[in-house]
Amino acid sequence: MEGNLIAMWSLIFPNAHDRRLIPEGRLSGPMPWVVAIMIFLTVLAAAAGLAVRSAAQDINADLAGRVTVQIIEANPDLRAGQYAAAVNLLRDAPGIARVDPVPDAEVEELMAPWLGGDAGDADIPLPSLIDLDLAGRADATELERIRALLADAAPSARVDANANWLGPVFDLLSTLQWLALGLVLLLALATTAAVVLSARSALKGHQDTIEIVHLLGSTDKQVARLFQRRIALDALLGGLVGLALAVLVILLIAAQARQLGSGLVEAAMLGWTGWLLLALIPVAGMLLAFWTARLTIMRALGRAL
Amino acid sequence: MDNVVQFENVGLRYGTAAETLSDVSFTLFPGSFYFLTGASGAGKTSLLRLLYLAQRPSRGMVRLFGTDTVTLSRERLPGFRRRIGVVFQDFRLIQHLSAFDNIALPLRIAGVKEKDLRKPVEEMLEWVGLAPRADARPATLSGGEQQRVAIARAVIGRPEVLVADEPTGNVDPDMAVRLLRLFEALNRLGTTIVVATHDIHLMSRVERATMMRLDKGRLSDPTGALRYPPRPGDNVGWKAT
Repeated sequence: MEGNLIAMWSLIFPNAHDRRLIPEGRLSGPMPWVVAIMIFLTVLAAAAGLAVRSAAQDINADLAGRVTVQIIEANPDLRAGQYAAAVNLLRDAPGIARVDPVPDAEVEELMAPWLGGDAGDADIPLPSLIDLDLAGRADATELERIRALLADAAPSARVDANANWLGPVFDLLSTLQWLALGLVLLLALATTAAVVLSARSALKGHQDTIEIVHLLGSTDKQVARLFQRRIALDALLGGLVGLALAVLVILLIAAQARQLGSGLVEAAMLGWTGWLLLALIPVAGMLLAFWTARLTIMRALGRAL
Repeated sequence: MDNVVQFENVGLRYGTAAETLSDVSFTLFPGSFYFLTGASGAGKTSLLRLLYLAQRPSRGMVRLFGTDTVTLSRERLPGFRRRIGVVFQDFRLIQHLSAFDNIALPLRIAGVKEKDLRKPVEEMLEWVGLAPRADARPATLSGGEQQRVAIARAVIGRPEVLVADEPTGNVDPDMAVRLLRLFEALNRLGTTIVVATHDIHLMSRVERATMMRLDKGRLSDPTGALRYPPRPGDNVGWKAT
């Protein structure tokens, strides 16, 4: 087993003597820095995507079973009657985990930014609200069941799933996630292009050496090994620099976001899986560079005799 | 006797120019010694390039070790190249490697372990008189020293065919003779030697060598009369059309 691993390793990476065929450092050039920039941007885009995903999941989990019942009745007495009846019915109904009547004062407070501080005293009728947490998801069947339950006792009741109100927000969050994924893919494409150029340039710069070792019986894979290792190491080095800078930026933004104290911002924080994924990006970059370099070099060598 | 190299009606053309080699046909036998001569531009280097598989012919057939190399897949070429030692006219040493590492290169490419290659490389350095310069880079070696490193690199892997393009052009007469003796020693061990040279005195030093003469891309001198002084039986071991 160990022998097989060593053999596999030597198939991919050249030994110390073979490495000397291509002078160390000559391939470095701008490659690590280009990769550093690419990985920096990739990590930021991925972090944004993961944060948005986390926020969307959090909100979705919170709202999945949440329903609001509004008693929309201009007559305060009728409204109060229907409100009390609805609360009683809902408390006894199966499938409802929590019934939370919202006090009128709280409703007035909610409306204050639009109606002014004395919204409750004005002649404008405000609906009475009841928040519900269902045991399951607030799907159409459940909503219909609640509507039917309240139809007689509270005909002015309007039953809405909170998730429906936030549909456009979810759409926006979904778009942002796709955008982040698109950016990550575009950056991967740009990194690939940079590696292709770097590999071609390295091949051109060492054409004599390659021709000599070819004529001495070297295989394409042996030649490719000389370059792919160096390019992969350059990519890993650049990737780690890019990751370190991106993590600094993310931590800085996270610290500022926490000061906002917004629930949405809190929900958008990265968990350990998120951080792990970000940490794997330079490794993915290295593997991408490794295989891109290998394929580029093998293709270029394949055109020669 | 099986042949190691067989050319049949080989032609080589670079781009749209006139043919550099035309209708070249010959057969080389194992353990033989050949000199390839001809004026500058006659096509010696081109013929050698076909021999050491740096190039495929534009037409004709080239067989090495019984295999048609014109249609041979790229993947199989390295295996054949490892059986051929080459001394390039311009040495083609890797400039950032020491003399030792340049000589060790064919062994390393062939996968010889480090512990097994030190001794033969040191022996070879000793033989070409460069043991004290084992760590020197080519740029710090004289032309003659570089040529000796190139020769040592070509022969270290005990090739079945050794192809040398003007291998003694930059060495003093004593070293030229010494290198020739090395070629002869290899030849006695069964290696087929092909040396392209203008040095008529060098050619006269190898008793059992056969002459091949190229003239404007065509093989001529089937009698080996170019040898100075000519000897009977010079044309054995090869045929020219």
